[in-house]
Amino acid sequence: MKSFLMIVPDHPTLSALIWAIVLITMLYLARQPAHKAIHSLVATLYRGLRLAARSLMTVEERMRIRNREVLLEAGKEAAERQIEREFYRIDAVVRRDLADYPALHRKMQDAIERIEDDYGSCTEDMELPSIQGWEKAVDAVAKIPVKGNSMVADVLADINKTFSTSYRDALEEYRQTCNDRISVMSKMAPVWRGLSRTLDKVSRNITDLHKRAGEINGLMQRYEEIQAGSDKAIRMLSSSSITQFFISLFVLVIAVGGAMINFNLIAWPMQEMVGGNSYLMGFKTANIAAMVIILVEITMGLFLMELLRITRLFPMIGSIDDKMRKRMIWICFGILLTLACVESALAFMRDVMAADKQAFNESLRRSMDGTAAAAVTTANRSIPMIAQMVIGFILPFALVFVAIPLESFIHSFRTVIGIVAVWAVRGLAFVLRLSGTLFRQLGTLFEHTYDLIIFVPLWIEKLVHERTHKHKADKLGVAP
Amino acid sequence: MRVVIHALTAMALAMWLSACSDTTSHSRAVYMLIDTSGTYTQEIRKANSIINYLLGNLGPGDSLAVAKIDSGSFSEKDIVAKVTFDSRPSYTNAQKRAFRLKIDEFIKSVKSSGHTDITGGVLQAIEFLNETGAGKRMILIFSDLKEDLRKGQVRNFPIEMKGIEVVAINVTKLRSDNIDPREYMKRLEYWKKRVMAGNGSWRVINDLDNMERLLSGE
Repeated sequence: MKSFLMIVPDHPTLSALIWAIVLITMLYLARQPAHKAIHSLVATLYRGLRLAARSLMTVEERMRIRNREVLLEAGKEAAERQIEREFYRIDAVVRRDLADYPALHRKMQDAIERIEDDYGSCTEDMELPSIQGWEKAVDAVAKIPVKGNSMVADVLADINKTFSTSYRDALEEYRQTCNDRISVMSKMAPVWRGLSRTLDKVSRNITDLHKRAGEINGLMQRYEEIQAGSDKAIRMLSSSSITQFFISLFVLVIAVGGAMINFNLIAWPMQEMVGGNSYLMGFKTANIAAMVIILVEITMGLFLMELLRITRLFPMIGSIDDKMRKRMIWICFGILLTLACVESALAFMRDVMAADKQAFNESLRRSMDGTAAAAVTTANRSIPMIAQMVIGFILPFALVFVAIPLESFIHSFRTVIGIVAVWAVRGLAFVLRLSGTLFRQLGTLFEHTYDLIIFVPLWIEKLVHERTHKHKADKLGVAP
Repeated sequence: MRVVIHALTAMALAMWLSACSDTTSHSRAVYMLIDTSGTYTQEIRKANSIINYLLGNLGPGDSLAVAKIDSGSFSEKDIVAKVTFDSRPSYTNAQKRAFRLKIDEFIKSVKSSGHTDITGGVLQAIEFLNETGAGKRMILIFSDLKEDLRKGQVRNFPIEMKGIEVVAINVTKLRSDNIDPREYMKRLEYWKKRVMAGNGSWRVINDLDNMERLLSGE
């Protein structure tokens, strides 16, 4: 190979020079086809990449429209649910506070009537105390001459006495009547106060209803915006979905932590039930059994939340009639309670096993050291045992609530994935467009580099070309 | 027809489930040989700590046997205690306690033997380990590895040890090793070659403070 390259033996420089001349000449001769090939290759790449980018942008547009539809649909469903819940609340308020409104109204009417009666009886014309015919008697007595007549004086004294007695009796009667009226009026006060309280209650209920009506109004406006598919609604829903995604993810991570604690609590004592040396698909059967129990608890929790209509992951469950739904709620709750009791028992078992193991290890240590075992008080042992049992009992019920963030996560996950996919496709399209442009520029660079390699023949060609032109011009008598 | 379809589906499901069940043995079997010859009897306290470590770390389904190395070790009589732990952890602890008692009695009554038949002990160990069917099988040789056979005993033949890990523990140096350390090296090399030739694996652990390496296989 080396001898083949060495055209002039023992003169490598000369050989290289000859080769360079040959190569440059060949390149010069092949310039036009080479330029065409480079141009064609670059144009193909450029067009291909641009086409791919355009296709991706079309896909991105479709995905964006689809995301928008999904987002709007999800938002619409959420708004419908919120409105529905508000209506349920209003229904509850109306049932609770305003269902007995006719009775309340009657009560108020009765109270008002009683007040009116009492008022009427109080305002009746009261007769002033009087002694029948006393005016005539007084006139007749006044006309009797009294001078020196002791009998008349006695009569007058008797009359005076009688009058005084009658007057006192009449006054007494008058006072009694007045007291009776005051008593009636004082009885009216609690009725007034009761009426006032009833009216306050009605007012509060009405205010609450008014507030709820305002909330429904706001939700309806939002719903209308979603229905109209406005940009504001889209922005609002996207932002809400992303927030929901991260919040639910955070809560789910916490729930996973809880499930892991639960697992550790029951996996070891589960060996007592399924054996410690049994394996299934490379995993300890006890571990799988513990995991299955936790998963069943989560599943029951999901069903319970679904049956309580707090979540809506399974449309089939939502459409079950109320009677069956209530039965299923109790069944789910029963299973959960049983599992919680089982877990609590396993937690107890775990503590017993741990204590036994600790005692055994201690005995081994003592057999080596010859020391006495440290005394562990019963209280010290029972506190962790009770704590484990309580945790074992509570965790299954705590895991029930995983359904809420899970639903939120699933719903928001679709939106977030949609947004990320759109960004990814858009990014890819940008990269393809950029690559296309780069290839085109690289094509130009290659052409220039090619020309740079064969600049000597090109320069000669240019000189020849100019001279030929000049010669032709001279011949024709035209200035160059 | 429907019944047949259901029966077939149930059979397929049962077959699938049985296929899922793990047939590989995950249990461990450990056979510990304790040299009771000559001055090595003094090291028995260290053997006690190893047995304690094994009892603390072996679990349900695992097997453990402790045997002594004496003048003729290829015998069931030399097995001091053996047990295969129950699958229930609570019962396992009771078994461990009983095992511990047997070992305590052995340590109290151990007598020095005139000869050291390590090969016989290893053969007995292989027999026991193969019978357990454990996934991980291990022979712990607590000895100075100096074999001293009785006249007429034949032990110089290859031993099949496929899948068995042999761990020499606390291989003490003899007085003669101090004069010529090559003897010690030669002893170790001899046993290593013998184990490897039998398709077994070989390890030496002299630092008894790092017992974690014993069962982890590092």
